[in-house]
Amino acid sequence: MSRPILRCSLAQIARSARLVAFALTVFFTVRYGVAQDTPLISGGVAFFSNTNGGNTSYMPIIEPLIDIPIGNRILIESRAVLLENFAPNGNGQPGYDHTHFAGFTYLQADYIASPHLTVVGGSFLLPFNTYNDRLSPVWISNFQDGPLIASIGTMSSGSGLGGMLSGSAISREKYSVNYSAWFSARSGNEQFNSKRSSGGRASLYLPTKRLEVGLSYDRLLQGTQENFLGAHVWWEPKNTAFRLRSEFARGRHAQGYWVEADYRTPAFGGLNSWVGRFEPLFRIQQTFRRDTISSDGVPLVNTQRADFGLNYNLPHNTRILTSYSRQFSSSGNANIWETGIVYRFLFPVWKGKLK
Amino acid sequence: MNQRYLLAAVAALGAIFTPLLLTLQAQSQAATQMSVQTSKKQTASAHSQQQYQSEGERVFEQNCSRCHTAPDGFSPRISGTRVRHMRVRASLSQHDAQELLRFLNP
Repeated sequence: MSRPILRCSLAQIARSARLVAFALTVFFTVRYGVAQDTPLISGGVAFFSNTNGGNTSYMPIIEPLIDIPIGNRILIESRAVLLENFAPNGNGQPGYDHTHFAGFTYLQADYIASPHLTVVGGSFLLPFNTYNDRLSPVWISNFQDGPLIASIGTMSSGSGLGGMLSGSAISREKYSVNYSAWFSARSGNEQFNSKRSSGGRASLYLPTKRLEVGLSYDRLLQGTQENFLGAHVWWEPKNTAFRLRSEFARGRHAQGYWVEADYRTPAFGGLNSWVGRFEPLFRIQQTFRRDTISSDGVPLVNTQRADFGLNYNLPHNTRILTSYSRQFSSSGNANIWETGIVYRFLFPVWKGKLK
Repeated sequence: MNQRYLLAAVAALGAIFTPLLLTLQAQSQAATQMSVQTSKKQTASAHSQQQYQSEGERVFEQNCSRCHTAPDGFSPRISGTRVRHMRVRASLSQHDAQELLRFLNP
């Protein structure tokens, strides 16, 4: 009996908190939104097609992001996603069916407490490995599909509802150390779904070598408690446009890794020449099931996948993404063809005054 | 059988990427030597040689552009907001954030 009451009061509190946050945001942005700190709307709009096993689906998607600075130390930021998916009817029936989705990816308040500490509150992206909080935006990711192991350590929803401490612990010319530590409460809210969990990430970056290595750990604190471990290595050799990114993640029921490489050549007139705008990509990924319990989004059988991509970076923040993937597993092999076009937008919310 | 194909593909790509990486490494070393030689002359450095013209440019190259390319152009009215966003997202220190702001909005 206590649960519905608790849910009801939590919902009321959440609604009230949203109203108060909105009112404060409007007040402070009107008061302080001048000079270089005008609130901005950014994000990406894309159209994707995906052909998997002969079935082609289409997906227009828009991911808006808003940043609202308040005073000198606070930032309210939020990202949402709105998409429509058109997929062929199953069971041999002709025509297409469509589904849609609209929701917040995160909505957080950041307080810059000191030169090395930022306090984050609200719904935030879980900093487990690098894909979830750094590479998942539609205008950043090189491939249309995320890695097969993206769901390990991200608690299904990819976001937490609670608080996080993060920042740069040490920043020197030759190295820097970043950290994040977070706690999330359980939430059944439709927009801000999260699980009771906690975790953290630490990474070491060597700017002279352009090498980053990091470790992540988090723990699910509800139901069957589970630990998740992650590691990532990024390397961009100096003076080149070559990037190598990789991640390993291990959960109680599955583990896996991915390695992605991309390159743009400056040899024919620079990166902004018509040749330099081509970006060949390759990603290899493997997943391994540790048992048959499928509490994560990792494939139910051991899977290997190779992705070959060729992107083209057009002027004016537009990219064309194309890729072919071959997936091998005991449940059947598949060819996956993907194409898409992504436009990144970025503009101030209003015409603020310049200092 | 399928795994063999995959391993063959990985081996082939490894064979392609290994010389590429060696070439990149050689280019990197050559560019580094060149930049050391030219630094004494205080010449304007080329972008490809990674001789950063400002501390802010270095911060941008070593943090922001590791995930995404720079947007083509944006209003100076939002440069402070963008820097604050990047400060949180990339865990920039206060010093780096200030340099980045100076670079984006000189």
